[in-house]
Amino acid sequence: MQKHFGSLHVLRDINLNIDRGEVVVVIGPSGGGKSTLCRAINRLETIDEGRILFDGRPLPEEGRALARLRSDVGMVFQSFNLFAHKTIMENVTLGPIKVRGVAREDAEKRALELLDRVGIASQAQKYPAQLSGGQQQRAAIARALAMNPKMILFDEPTSALDPEMVQEVLDVMIELAQEGMTMMVVTHEMGFARRAANRVVFMADGQIVEENTPDEFFTNARTDRAKDFLSKILTH
Amino acid sequence: MDAVIENLPAILDAFWLTIKLTAISAVISLILGIVLVAMRVSPLPVLRAVGTAYVNGVRNSPLTLIMLFSGLGLGTVMSLKFSDDLSVQDFWLAIIALSLYHASFVCEALRSGINTVPMGQAEAARAIGLTFMQNLRLIILPQALRAVIAPLGSILIALTKNTTVAAAIGVGETALLMKNLFELEGDSVIPIFIGFAIGFLILTLPTGLFFGWLAKRLAVVR
Ligand SMILES: Nc1ncnc2c1ncn2[C@@H]1O[C@H](COP(=O)(O)OP(=O)(O)OP(=O)(O)O)[C@@H](O)[C@H]1O
Ligand SMILES: [Mg+2]
Repeated sequence: MQKHFGSLHVLRDINLNIDRGEVVVVIGPSGGGKSTLCRAINRLETIDEGRILFDGRPLPEEGRALARLRSDVGMVFQSFNLFAHKTIMENVTLGPIKVRGVAREDAEKRALELLDRVGIASQAQKYPAQLSGGQQQRAAIARALAMNPKMILFDEPTSALDPEMVQEVLDVMIELAQEGMTMMVVTHEMGFARRAANRVVFMADGQIVEENTPDEFFTNARTDRAKDFLSKILTH
Repeated sequence: MDAVIENLPAILDAFWLTIKLTAISAVISLILGIVLVAMRVSPLPVLRAVGTAYVNGVRNSPLTLIMLFSGLGLGTVMSLKFSDDLSVQDFWLAIIALSLYHASFVCEALRSGINTVPMGQAEAARAIGLTFMQNLRLIILPQALRAVIAPLGSILIALTKNTTVAAAIGVGETALLMKNLFELEGDSVIPIFIGFAIGFLILTLPTGLFFGWLAKRLAVVR
């Protein structure tokens, strides 16, 4: 696929296939188009040329069908984006109740299970602003899981967190990966990539420059562009 | 003072009419304002254009002109009929004018409220599959509304005072009664004026205080 923002060619000749159950880490310099790629997959951004197939079908253009697709593709953002006027419980149950038509009781029961799984069941009645960043991001993951998505996109889920909170979020993601969730994760967390990813995709200037296994990529990258990038992020 | 006390029943009646004009117009303006702001932020360019044109047209027209248009244009020329009773007919024509006018201000207040809601939340709502209308109703407007309680209070105060423009089409509210009392009781102009001014203060001061309190109570913590 191809995508432009005005004269800027943000996605160039992108050709990517993600299998069911696969965990793909996307890594690369700032402005390389990683977020745009993520957002294109649930059509928060449209593309100019090419096709995106999900479950074998092209992404719907608009309307109900598009809303349904989005409900099948979870998204976790760098800045959490929890609904500030709703409690954590309401954040997690909103989608199931309003989009899937699940009964409130059932939605709440499931939400409590999910919140328990990400370790914040005791915070269910609080508002997002009352939680730490790590807790908010775990709530956002529970919100995505509540839709029973077929795939989850993570766009730098730990970049806005204080260092001591990064691991608690990564642990939840590693568990998800081990349970077989299909995931595309934009992250520079090498530990996560090595433990959980099947594949690393290195993106720069809107292109996929290298695809590799995590171990190969971090120890023995094939392209100079990737080596150069790694030398910069590994020195600090 | 005697002039005020003697005419107290009539004055109270007039203020009651003012309150009715205010309350009904406030509800209709709020509903219409929400519809307008939904148009202004909608993904459809046609709706956006209509919403923008409405707000720019109406907000920049003098209320007196809109009132006269409603009373003479809608009522007389276009024969819009609410009731055979002339006072009821004029009452509703005044409400139309007041609602059409203040809805444009409500729309703009809400629009500034929408700008306080972080973009990411609307995106997160789209990402879980909410439609545009659900997004607006469940995520964006509830937060936008809470952010603009105080400005909405100011619009309500303005509306309360602006009901006096209904005198232009002969609705027997306070301004019309005050004018008549001035003519009947020429030597008590100052007490009568003070009486009416205090009447309005009694209506508007608590409105401002209540909305200030409400704004604090409902603020969304970020
Ligand atoms: N809505 C937009 N309009 C115009 N340009 C945009 C828009 N969104 C992103 N861009 C530009 O597209 C390019 C790719 O952006 P993108 O956010 O996908 O990069 P990224 O790889 O996620 O970077 P980062 O690591 O900083 O998050 C950047 O140059 C950015 O400025
Ligand atoms: Mg990004």
